Amino acid sequence: MDLPELGPLWLSLQLAGAATLVLAVLGTPLAWWLARTRSRAKPVVEAVTALPLVLPPTVLGFYLLLLMSPRSWLGGLWVEVTDTTLTFSFAGLLIASVVYSLPFMVQPLQAAFESLGRGPLEAAAALRASPLDAFLTVAAPLSLRGFLTAAVLTFAHTIGEFGVVLMVGGNIPGKTRVISIAIYEHVETLRYAEAHTLAAGLLLFAFVVLVFVYVFNRRLPVHVA
Amino acid sequence: MSPEREGTTLELDVRVGFSGFDLDVEQAIPAAGVTAVFGPSGSGKTTLLRAVLGFEACARGRIAFGGETWLDSGRGVRTPPHRRPVGCTFQDGRLFPHLDVEGNLGYADRRSTPELGVAAAVNRDDVVDALDLAPLLGRRPHTLSGGERQRAALGRALLSRPRLLLLDEPLSALDRRRKAEIMPYLLALHPRFGIPTLYVSHAVDEVALLADRVLVLAEGRVQAFGGTVEVLEQLDLAPLTERFQAATVLEARVGAHDDEYRLTWLDLDGQRLSVPRIEHLAPGESARLLVRARDVSLATERPSPTSIRNVLSGVLVALDRDESTAFAEATVDLGSHRLRARITRASAAELGLAVGSPVFALLKSVSLDTRAGR
Repeated sequence: MDLPELGPLWLSLQLAGAATLVLAVLGTPLAWWLARTRSRAKPVVEAVTALPLVLPPTVLGFYLLLLMSPRSWLGGLWVEVTDTTLTFSFAGLLIASVVYSLPFMVQPLQAAFESLGRGPLEAAAALRASPLDAFLTVAAPLSLRGFLTAAVLTFAHTIGEFGVVLMVGGNIPGKTRVISIAIYEHVETLRYAEAHTLAAGLLLFAFVVLVFVYVFNRRLPVHVA
Repeated sequence: MSPEREGTTLELDVRVGFSGFDLDVEQAIPAAGVTAVFGPSGSGKTTLLRAVLGFEACARGRIAFGGETWLDSGRGVRTPPHRRPVGCTFQDGRLFPHLDVEGNLGYADRRSTPELGVAAAVNRDDVVDALDLAPLLGRRPHTLSGGERQRAALGRALLSRPRLLLLDEPLSALDRRRKAEIMPYLLALHPRFGIPTLYVSHAVDEVALLADRVLVLAEGRVQAFGGTVEVLEQLDLAPLTERFQAATVLEARVGAHDDEYRLTWLDLDGQRLSVPRIEHLAPGESARLLVRARDVSLATERPSPTSIRNVLSGVLVALDRDESTAFAEATVDLGSHRLRARITRASAAELGLAVGSPVFALLKSVSLDTRAGR
């Protein structure tokens, strides 16, 4: 049996890791705002956040492709600043993944923050903790399960994406050929053994990650208010 | 040892409106001793407390404390909760579940820095000692009993070194036995740390034992404000008795201790009472007693020997028959105190009770204020 190249696997892990980190930074404040706001804009923002769940990946990919093309403002700016195009690049893939996986980060975090209630934060404020202090020392530790769930879902979802990647990134070895694209190509060219190895590897990986999450989740203390 | 200067007050002129409920309180409260905020559930006690803490975003009006303005909606002043030097405990305790008791105390301790104008005189070891927290330090909140949780929460509130302490029904979630367990700690709190306290409660016995003065709230309005004995004596508790059980607070002087029967003799306007021995009060000091109306029986003659030891003579000054029930509430003038008794309408008729007739009040039981030196 021919061993397939491991480049696509490595690229997928890098992409998913980077997308998870970026989304943790962007998604946490957004989820916090959604969980606490009484603004009338909330349902609109929630709908926008949830769009990637219901849109076909090709639709999302199509608009992202238009946005990143050198003729659009974003793509043009990118070309000016970096001298490379955003489409068919790792950076382009990362931006697309962040948009595509946004609800997988925001929704579990929002649910975790909402389930906190106002109690612990009021208690912290009464003990002179500023809002940021209270978030870091009370809300975040009490939402550990939410963070874990959000990170795992985001990571796994990014590993599994196909349509958006194909639209925005194409299939450039070492740059944009991620594992799902590689499997697709192996199948298209009838190299089933290699497709098999990658597919089975991905299956095993997903299983191991999920088992780890469930075990870890069980060990985390449950904080019932 | 009170950290607040003489004359410091909490000035309230505050309105909070929800759908179907509004609170409108205008009252200056001296920042000294323990002030009870008393009223039935739904009267706005907790809302008032939350407005003082800064948790009611829709509060309007003015709240000031010792020269600092925390709220002045007319001038757009609204000090955020974490900048108000107020400490509080919540009905449900609200200890941080991810920290043990030690961690919860430390959380407050680390953040109460002197530049916030906090009361400096609270020391961690004193707090641990006063509330017997040492055996609980390593434990997580979910392993604590309700009473232990309230003690830890009290300790945490004290360690935020507040200039004003707000206690929101610390006993309401506890059963009778646990209440008795916590009461001595609550009683010792103010004398030991001297922090002005607002104590929210709907239980008349807690108020009678703990408070120096009472603010009575009903339907979001102040009904009465004044010294505990006067307010509880004058207040027409009749509309509230369904919930509160009418009661009277008596102030008596310690006469002597009886070593053989372990009793303490008290003098009340020249009449004698005996109660289980009060160890820490010396003859001449005053003791506060709470007598529930349902624990008082009336007789028209001094009864022949019974197991009831405390019989007071007085004059019946009011008799309110509640025709919708079997009961009547009698008020007996004892001299400088008025005692309430809850008897059946049938007994009132059989005894031929009428306003102005001399009666004897039989006290089946009394509760004691166990504070030292008050």
